[in-house]
Amino acid sequence: MHLVHAIASIRAVEDALKIRVPPNAELIRNLMIGAQYIHDHVMHFYHLHALDWVDVVSALKADPKATSALAQSLSKYARSSPGYFADVQAKLKKQVDSGQLGLFRNGYWGHPAYKLPPEANLMAVAHYLDALAWQRDVVALHTILGGKNPHPNFVVGGTPIAISIWPDHPGRGKGPHYRGGQGGTALDVTGLQRIQEVITSMQAFTDQVYVPDTLAIAGFYKDWFKQGEGLGNFMTFGDLPSSGINDPSGFFFPRGAILDRDLSKVHEVDLNADDQVQEFIAHSWYDYAGGKAKGLHPYEGETKLNYSGPKPPFEHLPVEQAYSWLKSPRWKGKAMEVGPLARVLMLYATGHKPTQELVGMVLKKLDVPVQALFSTLGRTAARTLETKLLADAMQGWYDQLVANIKAGDVRTFNEEKWEPSTWPKSSRGVGFMEAPRGGLAHWVVIEDEKIANYQCVVPSTWNAGPRDPDGQAGAYEAALKGHALHDPQQPIEVLRTIHSFDPCIACAVHLTDEEGETFEVKTI
Amino acid sequence: MAIDGPTIAEVLRQQGISRRGFLKFCATTASLMALPPSMVPAIAAALQHARRPSVIWLSFQECTGCTESLTRSHSPSIEGLILEQISLDYHHTLQAASGTAAEAAREAAMRENAGKYLLVVDGSIPLGNAGFSTIAGISNLDMLKETAAGAAAVIAVGTCAAYGGIPAAQPNPTGAVPVSAIIKDKPVLNVPGCPPIPVVITGVLAHFLTFGSLPELDALGRPKAFYGESIHDRCYRRPFYDQGKFAETFDDEGARKGWCLFKLGCKGPVTYNACATTKWNQGVSFPIQSGHGCIGCSEPGFWDAGPFYKALSMPIGPAKAAIGAAAVAGLAAGAAVALRNRSAKKSAQAAHQKVTIDDLEKSK
Repeated sequence: MHLVHAIASIRAVEDALKIRVPPNAELIRNLMIGAQYIHDHVMHFYHLHALDWVDVVSALKADPKATSALAQSLSKYARSSPGYFADVQAKLKKQVDSGQLGLFRNGYWGHPAYKLPPEANLMAVAHYLDALAWQRDVVALHTILGGKNPHPNFVVGGTPIAISIWPDHPGRGKGPHYRGGQGGTALDVTGLQRIQEVITSMQAFTDQVYVPDTLAIAGFYKDWFKQGEGLGNFMTFGDLPSSGINDPSGFFFPRGAILDRDLSKVHEVDLNADDQVQEFIAHSWYDYAGGKAKGLHPYEGETKLNYSGPKPPFEHLPVEQAYSWLKSPRWKGKAMEVGPLARVLMLYATGHKPTQELVGMVLKKLDVPVQALFSTLGRTAARTLETKLLADAMQGWYDQLVANIKAGDVRTFNEEKWEPSTWPKSSRGVGFMEAPRGGLAHWVVIEDEKIANYQCVVPSTWNAGPRDPDGQAGAYEAALKGHALHDPQQPIEVLRTIHSFDPCIACAVHLTDEEGETFEVKTI
Repeated sequence: MAIDGPTIAEVLRQQGISRRGFLKFCATTASLMALPPSMVPAIAAALQHARRPSVIWLSFQECTGCTESLTRSHSPSIEGLILEQISLDYHHTLQAASGTAAEAAREAAMRENAGKYLLVVDGSIPLGNAGFSTIAGISNLDMLKETAAGAAAVIAVGTCAAYGGIPAAQPNPTGAVPVSAIIKDKPVLNVPGCPPIPVVITGVLAHFLTFGSLPELDALGRPKAFYGESIHDRCYRRPFYDQGKFAETFDDEGARKGWCLFKLGCKGPVTYNACATTKWNQGVSFPIQSGHGCIGCSEPGFWDAGPFYKALSMPIGPAKAAIGAAAVAGLAAGAAVALRNRSAKKSAQAAHQKVTIDDLEKSK
């Protein structure tokens, strides 16, 4: 199962059954969640979002020497020589000349909305390829601790990975039989060293490539700090605990809600309160027993399919009726944005010093006011900034894990409630996490050792969900308001804003111009 | 125009991959496909002269895990071999184009490479209602049929495309079916796994590119080269199974020493995949090496085959453990599990001419 849903689901069961996980399991989960963020965000930026800003074909016109000078002025990243960029350019040229553009086929190359000089485009294309190679290597952290990537393994009560290290070996003839420790599991001394190398590589790539590229590209697109604002309401569930999942004061990402862009007030969020998180289906292809207008807390949630859309193939969906498989989650009736921008704003608003310094540095460097954060590029920049914050935090979790092992604490699993016969007759719990895309939670109701109800409310439903019964738009729809399109047949502006949310779905966006002509844009 | 693309050898040279590196890849490919070393020159010759075939990748009811797995491929590299050895003309998540432009890319690739392109599918197809899953207003069923019509072969990547997968779990609300339930008139090759091992996805493509044909398949449509042996038979913990040494919980002495995970529900004995041999992510580890039993994610029906943590059947070793397990589950449930195990073994036997679960049989 995807890491984020695996974490949310085991936490839901742990919450329901009141299971506490050992400190090492908390640290290992934090390392895996942190690694997921850094990996996902880099891939999102280079492989799913960059080509909205980077014109691949324009890179052919770049001067490799000037590209090298540009790259070296931004960063000490080693792959910055004129020869390196000349090689990348030659590869690209060969590809274009072959007539087989593959993944780059039919991009909006040459669109006037592309503003980067050829040298910046070439640098970005080189880093697109570098990032592809880098991401393949850094997944080793997940593979060691979870056995594979994608979809590493987890277990209710802790982590499945046992620690195959015996630092306090009592010596020959004493204590139990210790032979056979090294290599018992992937988390031996070698595995531990590999994890350290991954963390170092993550920090280096973030500092030397991802952060400088974000700033460099953003500098050419400052008008995108003024559009794509969206709702102005932000919410986080909080994550990365240091003293158990029941103590939000120890979270790296705090929990809370910000309303109407007011950073001076953080509202409390309670995932168990039945009047806070509710899901609506007025414009979704579902039915509730209590009718289409009702909102349900996830513990009482229902999932009854009722597709009422047109029979495929179709050109358009009737947006005044049901038009989505997503429900519309609301917090106290309000539409909320979740994700990197919400988290960075929450850290900023709650006085997290490293965040405030980082945000201040970026605003100063780009010479834009703090309001610039509420925008398409603000969202994209927030994703980069939290990657930097997490890359730095990873070392702390690793050091603590090593210190625990050194002190003889090798517990990774709590088996108290492993047997279903030890469970109460009925229980319920919520497992929340901050997924890279935003707040994610699973609600489980357990009766007689079986799941009686299970509901997932995922970040993309908060951001991409359809209108609610009151007609309130979700974050995507709100953010698209007022976008001026240079060419409605090539709506790259829409892609920029939708991709800034890191959508997990292939979603359809319909545009209507003043003459009533409509366009459909599928964004991935 | 697709025919005029550069050869793989040229592409590799462009990427600065040396002749030596290229031959090393050929040797790795040969060993992954269980081919003798004498085949290496043949592979090298084929790869050098091959043009970049067009590949269309369709994603239906899936989670993008298979695509993520593709991007983790090495040997020598995803960027070299997947992005440049083939021409990936349509892929939802990875392609630059969106919307109308994306669909136009698919249609153009189908037209230009009619009869020659490879179709890769991940995800299952909902038959319950055409509106359950659509792309650009087209139902998954229509898009699959339309795109498969001109394909040379169809590769069903991942357990959803191969067997229905998680979307087909009871009560299968969307009526999800695998690709092979729809496409009957041309070869459908199954590359199951949730997701499949990155290098297995690439290896199957490499076989097609090298020999221009699909590799030898078993009765479940899987390439024997990767799915011919059980995890259990190739597991580094197998000696502990034979000695009757089992981890009883996830962090006890046995777990830390790498003892067998059979009692914690490992499905390695009835799962056919290459996890224990190629391992994951450049050979770093695989689920059992990282302390979790195999969940059998590449087997048909694994999603409804009972609890992941329930032991398969009575292991070799002290009898009391098995009695304890049966008491917890209840006798009826225990019998049901045993029945399921027997049927799982039966289907495994049907799928493989060579069944190697003798130890399990012995233990009964």
